[in-house]
Amino acid sequence: MSDKVKIRIEKATKIFAVYKRDAEIDERAARKTAKMEKSHLFALKDLNLTVNRGEVVLVIGPSGSGKSTLLRCINRLERLTSGDIFIDNLCVTDPKADIRKVREEVGIVFQSFNLFPHLTALRNIALAPIVVKGMEKEKAHEKGRALLKRVGLEDKENSFPVQLSGGQQQRVAIARALAMDPHVMLFDEPTSALDPEMIKEVLDVMLALAKEGMTMLVVSHEMGFAKAAAHRVVFMDEGEIIEQGPPDKIFNNAEYERTRRFLKHIL
Amino acid sequence: MGIDAKERRVHGIQRERIPTSDSTLIPEKGKRDIFSAWRISFFGAIGLLIFLTVFSPDPYARILRFLPDGIVKTFQVTVLSILLALVIGLLAGLGRISRVRLINRIATVYVEVIRGIPLLVQIFYIYYALGRIVKLPDIASAIIAMSICYGAYMGEIIRAGIQAIPKGQMEAALALGFSRGKAMRYIILPQTIKIILPPIGNEFIALLKDSSLVSILAISDLLRRGREFASRTFEYFETLTVVALVYLILTLFFSYLVGKMEERLNRDVR
Repeated sequence: MSDKVKIRIEKATKIFAVYKRDAEIDERAARKTAKMEKSHLFALKDLNLTVNRGEVVLVIGPSGSGKSTLLRCINRLERLTSGDIFIDNLCVTDPKADIRKVREEVGIVFQSFNLFPHLTALRNIALAPIVVKGMEKEKAHEKGRALLKRVGLEDKENSFPVQLSGGQQQRVAIARALAMDPHVMLFDEPTSALDPEMIKEVLDVMLALAKEGMTMLVVSHEMGFAKAAAHRVVFMDEGEIIEQGPPDKIFNNAEYERTRRFLKHIL
Repeated sequence: MGIDAKERRVHGIQRERIPTSDSTLIPEKGKRDIFSAWRISFFGAIGLLIFLTVFSPDPYARILRFLPDGIVKTFQVTVLSILLALVIGLLAGLGRISRVRLINRIATVYVEVIRGIPLLVQIFYIYYALGRIVKLPDIASAIIAMSICYGAYMGEIIRAGIQAIPKGQMEAALALGFSRGKAMRYIILPQTIKIILPPIGNEFIALLKDSSLVSILAISDLLRRGREFASRTFEYFETLTVVALVYLILTLFFSYLVGKMEERLNRDVR
């Protein structure tokens, strides 16, 4: 694999079994219905994608098009049904792969922040380095403070998540992911749960990160961010990549009707 | 997620509050008028007890002097049982959500079996079964029997508490490189404790009441002390009146504490 390529996704396919009844029923009932009737839904269908080192790729597409699933498969919160994903030369999808190594390499930021509500902002950031990497507490806290400063929240280290605004929580979540020194950052609709006036503060942090050369895969419909930072925009629909290219071309001059129709809705 | 309405009612895990309870009524904030049911019962019981001892010291003062040993025993059994039940419950609860089939099955069967057998039968059974294998002091057998039984209920509370934590918490922890075990220990369980404290308090009260069952095992708890007294003096009615009042005062006092605790947890929730 060439040195330039950071993430390589080959023929990724993810099939969800869909049950006729409500999907949230408990497991036992689900297993029973599974025998009776099961239909399949392709969340990802033979998808190929490469992301180069330092590249910022924006993934757009209608809801249910598999964008989040794609991200979640990269750090193996979900498993592919078939296909492979490589980060550098590490095969993420290999069942024997050291999953912790994958997750240290890849940071993820969720739409709903998922901060740990029982810990202060600083402890949220420092806990993983302490527990997972065995870093000394003092050192981890020092690092946490530096990261809080980086996301502009140096005065909030003792605040609990509930005391922070949505935008501040998301910035802490970004700092928390960065504390593990990942080389790839995944963003799963990081601003969708935010009020408009808070979106900018989060995007600014992401923008700074992009400028520093972080490899980023961002699921978002923030056009401002796309124009300012994205090197490439990928349009997905029904588990497939319909088209991809520089933001300028996709937004103004999309090749496919499906892409144009979708863009008309979000612009 | 996994808890159905019936289970929720039985074990006091109330995500939406339902207006029924199998335990003593806990005084609610805002409903603190002087004549609340709790106040009437609690102060009524204390008042009645004082009234009886003062105006009819014979036999009531004698009975009251005879009982404290039994109260201590009752507490001993209750506190030790609840602690042991918590340990068993933690194992059962974690087992119930385990992804390892075998562990999951064992934990589930344990819970099902225990919940399907009356407590009194279990106490007898475990007491005599233990007697066949090892010779333990009576009180130890009683505590083990009580905690094996309550461990099942406790396990369900802990399972429900763990499952009440949003899925995103585990995912965030895994994504940061935590193993499942470490995520449980550092992220999920600390949050679970807050949720399950009130139902555990309710279990404690229930156990306090059920501990009266161990009086059949030659353990001089509150009830047995009362019966010992009565069988000597034949003052059954008077003795059991005092025994009942003491139990009532104890459970009402603890439900007050649980209510206070719940209130505080609700105030600084999250």
